[in-house]
Amino acid sequence: MTALTASPLLSLRGVSKIFGAGDAAFVALRDVDLDIHAGEFVAILGASGSGKSTCMNILGCLDTPTSGRYCIEGTAVDDLPDDVLARLRNERFGFVFQGFNLLPRTSAQENVELPLVYAGVAVRERQRRAREVLAAVGLAGRERAAPNQLSGGQQQRVAIARALVNRPYIVLADEPTGNLDSRTGAEIMELLVRLNRDQGLTIVMVTHDRDIAAYASRHVVFRDGVVASDGAYRRAAA
Amino acid sequence: MKISDTLALALRALARNKMRSLLTTLGIVIGVAAVILMQAMGAGASARVGAEISSLGSNMLIVLPGGQDHGAFNGSMRSAPLFTRADMDAIRHECPSVRRAAAVSSRSMRAVAGEHNFTTSLVGTTSDYFDIRDWHTVRGRELAEEDLRQASKSCVVGGTVVTELFADGDPLGAELRLHDLTCTVVGVLAAKGVSTFGQDQDNLVIMPHTTFARRIAGDQHVGMIMVSSTSEADTDAAKAEIEALLRQRRRVLHGEADDFNVRDLREIQQLLGSVTGVLTALLAGVAAISLVVGGIGIMNIMLVSVTERTREIGVRRAIGARAGDILQQFIVEAVVLAGIGGLIGVVIGVGGAFVASRLLNVPLVLSMTSGLIALAVSVVIGVVFGAFPARKASRLRPIEALRFE
Repeated sequence: MTALTASPLLSLRGVSKIFGAGDAAFVALRDVDLDIHAGEFVAILGASGSGKSTCMNILGCLDTPTSGRYCIEGTAVDDLPDDVLARLRNERFGFVFQGFNLLPRTSAQENVELPLVYAGVAVRERQRRAREVLAAVGLAGRERAAPNQLSGGQQQRVAIARALVNRPYIVLADEPTGNLDSRTGAEIMELLVRLNRDQGLTIVMVTHDRDIAAYASRHVVFRDGVVASDGAYRRAAA
Repeated sequence: MKISDTLALALRALARNKMRSLLTTLGIVIGVAAVILMQAMGAGASARVGAEISSLGSNMLIVLPGGQDHGAFNGSMRSAPLFTRADMDAIRHECPSVRRAAAVSSRSMRAVAGEHNFTTSLVGTTSDYFDIRDWHTVRGRELAEEDLRQASKSCVVGGTVVTELFADGDPLGAELRLHDLTCTVVGVLAAKGVSTFGQDQDNLVIMPHTTFARRIAGDQHVGMIMVSSTSEADTDAAKAEIEALLRQRRRVLHGEADDFNVRDLREIQQLLGSVTGVLTALLAGVAAISLVVGGIGIMNIMLVSVTERTREIGVRRAIGARAGDILQQFIVEAVVLAGIGGLIGVVIGVGGAFVASRLLNVPLVLSMTSGLIALAVSVVIGVVFGAFPARKASRLRPIEALRFE
């Protein structure tokens, strides 16, 4: 457990997030402290409205905390300009969404290439890398298929490939199996577990499903905007 | 993000909605096509009128009875005395800047040859007419001083008269009956074709003015006097000399307005030029309005597109697109849309100009500059009207765009 003693990859300190103002104000996160270390597979659990998604959005630099401090590798990112945050998202994070969020009428290959387009990678290089990553998630030969020609599980694999193609440190997955049946869901989870185990990829996954959370090695449970419990979890035998 | 990537992206996004893209560009297409067409037509008409006026004869002045202030073509001719051949002779001999002068009277008349008959314009004139108008016979001879002196029963006919009356025989030497006068065809004029105003210039019969006066008109009056100056530079001098001479001959008192009118064909050209100018400006206005409307159409469809693609924008932002990348994406899309519209417009405009020039028998004058300006304007319209939707897209917050349903 040397990873836990090193400085954290992501670190939230006293982070609060308040939506709205005055009487209509809603406190989504209240004074949250959370450290995530390299190589962890963290499941963030909680009922809807518990603040887990807000926490995830802040971790992914998609949203900013109302107060508190968020550091990536010890560097505060709260006051970074928008363009720098965009580059951070591009280089450090991979996002996997519940609804896949692939671009419609755009081939799997081109969807996967997209982060590389914004990173300014040359055409040939990004085609090669996209093919490579698609093969790694088990979609070799389906590069030309548009999302509507793929099953839900395959679409989520494309989304995972897109998350991985820029070789991020960390993948943020928001209910990655929410739109899938349990068998396909299990396949996707096994893919994530394998990436975590074999490549040391840090994964933070939001879910409300205990069975899905069982694939993770650490559970952070949110309740009413605060961390209710946080602890190692013995992974179920897969 | 590289501009080449953005361009490819824009083309693909537009190709996804081909029909919509095409309809959106329609305003630009019409505007640009109108610009090209109107420029080509304006330039073609000017070229045509210019060519026609110079074909009337070089350095030509036309002297008409009647004052300027009444307008040339209204009833003032009746009150002013008509000219005589003596006026014509005086102009020819007493004005140093005048090289030639011809008296011209004309009348519409039925010409009969054999069993054919045809309504034509009968012109009685003097021998200088052919040189002043720079219009000569292709067969036979022109009318000479001798014909005039003898009031000979000779005539020269235009091409239309030949085809209408002498289709089955040689016109030279044939007899032509005008009213109760029978005259012999001695020459056939070169073809001039139809004028800008739709008049068949080859439908005429020319005879000596003396014959015309004696046998057709019954008086010695001259309808107008055609004059050519010694050189183009002398045209103004010739005009002044004629005016002075005629004021004296017609006893116009000092301070009184002329009861005649010397016209310079260049003035007519200028007048026609100003008419074409007004028409051009009018069409340019229509084109400008069409371009603006086209721009609004583009803005409208871009706004729809931004709303439709909010989630896409969210995804792009999440995976690393900067606000500037999104701005660029939508502006380039609007510019490509307008640019394609501009290109289609140029093609349609050029095609239309080609067809119109054939139909209206006007020379095809295309200007590279107007095409380029039209294209540049459509690109600018893309930028201007794409800016607002693109800005709206780029200002979407990633997390809100992602959540958009």
